[in-house]
Amino acid sequence: MTALEIDGLSKAFGGLRVTRNVSLAVAPGERRLIIGPNGAGKTTLFNLITGELTPDSGKIKLFGRDITAAPCRRRAHLGMARTYQIITLFPRDTIVRNIMLALLGLSPLRWNALRDLGSQHALVAEAGAVLARVGLVHIAERPLGETSYGERRRVEIAMALAQNPKLLLLDEPFAGLSVDERRDVQKLLLGISREVTVVMIEHNMDVALELADHITLLHFGEVIVEGTRAAVVADPRTREVYLGV
Amino acid sequence: MSHRNAQYAARALAIAVLVSLPVWIGNSYYINIASQILIWAVLALALNLLVGYAGLTSLGHASLFGIGGYAAAMMLAAGHGHALAVPVALIVTLLASAVFAVLALRATGIGFLMITLAIGQILWGIAYRWASLTNGDNGISVSSRPAPFGLSLAAAPAFYYATLLVFLLAVASMAVFVRSPFGASLVGTRDQARRMTALGYNVWLIRFLTILFSGFWSGVAGLLFIYYNQFISPQVVALTTSAEALLMVISGGSGTLLGPIVGAAIVVVMKNVVSAYIERWNLVLGVIFILIISFMPEGLVPGSVRLWRAGWQALRGKNVATARAAGAPEASR
Amino acid sequence: MSLWLTLAVNSIALGGLLFLLSSGFSLIFGLMRIPNLMHGSFFMLGAYLGVTLLARGVNFWVAALVSTAALALIGGLIERVLLRRLAGDPLPQVLLTLGGAFIVADLCLLLWTGDPWQPGTPEHLRGVVQVAGLYFPLFRLVIVAVGLIVAIALWLLVDWTRLGAKIRAGVDDAAIARVVGIKVSQLFTLVFALGAALAGFGGVMGAPYLSVYPGLDFEMLPLALIVVILGGTGSLLGALVGSFLIGFLYNFGQAMFPDLAYVILFLPMLVILVLRPQGLFGKVVP
Repeated sequence: MTALEIDGLSKAFGGLRVTRNVSLAVAPGERRLIIGPNGAGKTTLFNLITGELTPDSGKIKLFGRDITAAPCRRRAHLGMARTYQIITLFPRDTIVRNIMLALLGLSPLRWNALRDLGSQHALVAEAGAVLARVGLVHIAERPLGETSYGERRRVEIAMALAQNPKLLLLDEPFAGLSVDERRDVQKLLLGISREVTVVMIEHNMDVALELADHITLLHFGEVIVEGTRAAVVADPRTREVYLGV
Repeated sequence: MSHRNAQYAARALAIAVLVSLPVWIGNSYYINIASQILIWAVLALALNLLVGYAGLTSLGHASLFGIGGYAAAMMLAAGHGHALAVPVALIVTLLASAVFAVLALRATGIGFLMITLAIGQILWGIAYRWASLTNGDNGISVSSRPAPFGLSLAAAPAFYYATLLVFLLAVASMAVFVRSPFGASLVGTRDQARRMTALGYNVWLIRFLTILFSGFWSGVAGLLFIYYNQFISPQVVALTTSAEALLMVISGGSGTLLGPIVGAAIVVVMKNVVSAYIERWNLVLGVIFILIISFMPEGLVPGSVRLWRAGWQALRGKNVATARAAGAPEASR
Repeated sequence: MSLWLTLAVNSIALGGLLFLLSSGFSLIFGLMRIPNLMHGSFFMLGAYLGVTLLARGVNFWVAALVSTAALALIGGLIERVLLRRLAGDPLPQVLLTLGGAFIVADLCLLLWTGDPWQPGTPEHLRGVVQVAGLYFPLFRLVIVAVGLIVAIALWLLVDWTRLGAKIRAGVDDAAIARVVGIKVSQLFTLVFALGAALAGFGGVMGAPYLSVYPGLDFEMLPLALIVVILGGTGSLLGALVGSFLIGFLYNFGQAMFPDLAYVILFLPMLVILVLRPQGLFGKVVP
């Protein structure tokens, strides 16, 4: 059984075909890297997978289950989590509060309008544990507005990890990070257990390649090359797409 | 912890002042003004659940304010007692809120505003034109106030205490609401609706239930209002009423529970004071609107706090800017 | 039969007025993405100014022109001085126009008192016209004719001039228009002034027919809203079609279901907002 299976996925905006008949299959525990020049439709593909966008045609299966018609929120409950290319956090809250919101999303507690959220100690503790995994527990109480960009990137990842996902979609997790920060995030990602399947979009080849088992190269919304890391790197079409030669 | 204790002390003091009000304000004119402030505060608080906490600005809340009132007035005019009229009015309000929510939630932002405006105008149009149903511009008189447990509310102090009780219940329920996980999820939908969906929340349902909660208290405020005036007219569901409620929220500040209360006090006092000197209340209303939106968009309560802090720090010679500059550069947004 | 005919004539006359009112509203909404809640106020203010001039014996068309110019100036100032400070966030701008509407309402009450004012139909536009054996009041036909002339002029402006191209670009994507070098802020001021002018002109044209009175502003504003929502935001064709549609709905609705007159108007608007937010011909989704 595959972790994620996409079959003939297509999406057009007016006359612009952003995703063209994309098919791919990711095995459980696999590390899949999706690359491609700007405008290749990578983030759109993610949005289609998570359900934030509705495809014009095609199927999506999550661990064998057809989720094409499932609304976005349902997919989160089925074990899908994602990070965003542009940091999408809750700016007026503290870091730990951000994580608590991520944890609540899958908990029946989110419908409770009577209890005080601040005194839900179990939840706070769990949030702390997630923050420890990304090395941010020492600044848990800091308001998000007072954090650095690198710290916010890690909060982004923590939000997704908090959901205990079976499929983790990372959209350019290294974007805008310094060399040191990139190494930290790389260590973090390498440390994720193989019980989680990871699909990652990234431009930063030096850090991303090490994480990838298989690579899918997208261009103009189509799959151009796909295969093991070594195969795709060596493939002449890859160079053609990126350098036009 | 002393900040916490200070908050408790302040609240206890405020409640003590409110409870003892009729004692040290003997004049029933001013006691009535206090009642009015409390009634409008409940409406402003209810509206602020949407404006401040859900991030949805409604220009049609007068409809939820008045529809229950009209239902009650019509039931009373038909000969039924308060014991039936009040629950019926509240049920009507809840149903209306549900319809309101289903229609308005088709959009957010400006679209939401326009749909609520349209709904408000429809209800006003019905109240104004369908004279056989609502008595049109002549309004409906309410001959008596309810007498819960046999206690008459005809006198100003008695009505004030009843209103105060309802007000405190409203504030308490809303305080619990905003501190709850549901309240946190509501604020989450305000700040990052898209992420909330990806986190597993049902954003539409969260907003829908909030509108019901907001509508309920708006309707309660409306009932208090018609019992206070013992009269209801289309003015209650007019655009100016929705606008005044919004002004209360905006002027007091939409981020907190205190803001709308302060805003209600300001608007009610201004309205009563101004009308003694100038007839043109709407002119003053409009000018205040423009001034606040232009210069203190976060509202008087947060704005004043901001100015106070800035002034205090300027006195101490500290530079506020350098403290914040510690944050690293942000990525492109 | 004659009742229906009268209603029909009144409907197209109202349609013409509504077009003058809502074309500006549509342009402002399309370009600036804000429903201008002062639009009814502009209509009423134009009517008051025009009627004041008429009362002093000024020629009707001169009065209309002067009022229109005055409203253009007022609209431009409001945009430049007040709205521009809040550029980027439509919600505060909408609330600012609401505040402005309240101010204008009370100012008019102060300046012109609460009595309604109906100027007589101008001399040279009085009387009836006979067409195909039926009699039509001349002035109502003039209103329609003027409305259509303005419609054509606006269409020429928007579709055939450089300014129009800039406006259309701004409506499509203001951010990109800026990047391409279009001075969008100036465009905002211009379009807001133009919208105010059109509304004011409509007010003067309509004065002999509708009269002018306190409350006219908040009666006309919802009509502009309905026309533009129904016809489609950002579309002049939509404003044209919507105006006549609403003109008919309003008059026939009032005659047949007086109790539900308001509901008949707002219900279609609500239905469209809910089912097809961009209206019949619109490009912009509110």
